[in-house]
Amino acid sequence: MSDKTLTPPPHTEPVVFTRDMLDWLPWLEPMAEQDMTERHLASLVDASRVKSPYFRLLARDPDVLEARTRTDKDIFYNPEAGLPRAERELAAAATSRLNGCIYCASVHARFAATYSKRVDDVQRLLDEGVGAKLDERWDAIVAASVALTALPIAFGPQHVDRLRAVGLDDAAIADLIGAASFFNWANRLMLSLGEPATQG
Amino acid sequence: MNDVIDTLVGIAPGSKLDAIRAQRSEARKHAQASYVSLFEPRDRGGVTADERQAVAAFVAGLHGEPRTNAFYAAKLPAGLSAAVAAAVAAAGSNGPYGRFPKGPLSAEDAPGPTWKVSEAGRKALGPRLAAAFEHTHMLVFHPRDAAPPSLQRLLDAGWSTTDIVTLSQLVSFLAYQIRVVAGLRVLAGSQT
Repeated sequence: MSDKTLTPPPHTEPVVFTRDMLDWLPWLEPMAEQDMTERHLASLVDASRVKSPYFRLLARDPDVLEARTRTDKDIFYNPEAGLPRAERELAAAATSRLNGCIYCASVHARFAATYSKRVDDVQRLLDEGVGAKLDERWDAIVAASVALTALPIAFGPQHVDRLRAVGLDDAAIADLIGAASFFNWANRLMLSLGEPATQG
Repeated sequence: MNDVIDTLVGIAPGSKLDAIRAQRSEARKHAQASYVSLFEPRDRGGVTADERQAVAAFVAGLHGEPRTNAFYAAKLPAGLSAAVAAAVAAAGSNGPYGRFPKGPLSAEDAPGPTWKVSEAGRKALGPRLAAAFEHTHMLVFHPRDAAPPSLQRLLDAGWSTTDIVTLSQLVSFLAYQIRVVAGLRVLAGSQT
């Protein structure tokens, strides 16, 4: 039997970038919970992710999923030194805004707003796009994320200089590179394997 | 094996960047584990080693970052080198482009081409890899144009659902790895 794509159930597609909670509907069949072996379950890292169709779809290749997830968690959650969490999330949101991943942008804009308490600035990034004027430090972080995301990759010494000028040390710049680069991974999976839906 | 990102950036043990990467030791370890699980997997599933290397060389060629491009080109099976080089030469573009859902964001639409493998390329690559390259081009340059028909074309060419997950991870992982290498090389070159 050959596999088929899925037709998502009736839903409302979000047509703007938002900080609202969204659902994600797969275009390919996730694993059924009862078919998942211990290896598949372990690849989720967080047991609660078994409820997520996105992670149950990615669990079809468990070694890659587990490595992806552990990479993700250290880039964003490791509290030691480097870029403050709010600004790692800002880089993720800016990358997602440029690539056009409405789902990813919603999650990481919420985190950026929560950790920075700069709700209006985060919302302006979503509303106006990566050209929004926020402040010198955030503009430098967004510009560096954009330059890393663009093809050809446009990130250069001028971005490093600008980031240093607004107070980032090399550990913080390396975190920014990790966060923006990681969302070039995450955005492509979320955009190409399913679609967002408005909740409720 | 050696850490691929460290090798491609040229991070020497004991250097400042080595210490900075050591502060994110889990990310460093699992970025490498991602590479190994894609290119030296315990279980290859339905995606052959040659398919993995061919797609990787195509992705690296499209990004044009010299170190990663040379790294993946060197791992390409000899029989596929000419076909991959021709595809890279024909498929180059700027990104990201694509359309948004109809509505207020339509003002930001940046429509662009959906790239197709040439007839000669299709012969050289075979239908399975040709379909993968077309999907890969979309993932690299205009991922927001993705829609179920692009997955259906992969299924029609013989990729299973699980194979597509592996292919999608491989292309998307490289979008990460190549940017980390490019970014850290700039940072390494800006040491004061």
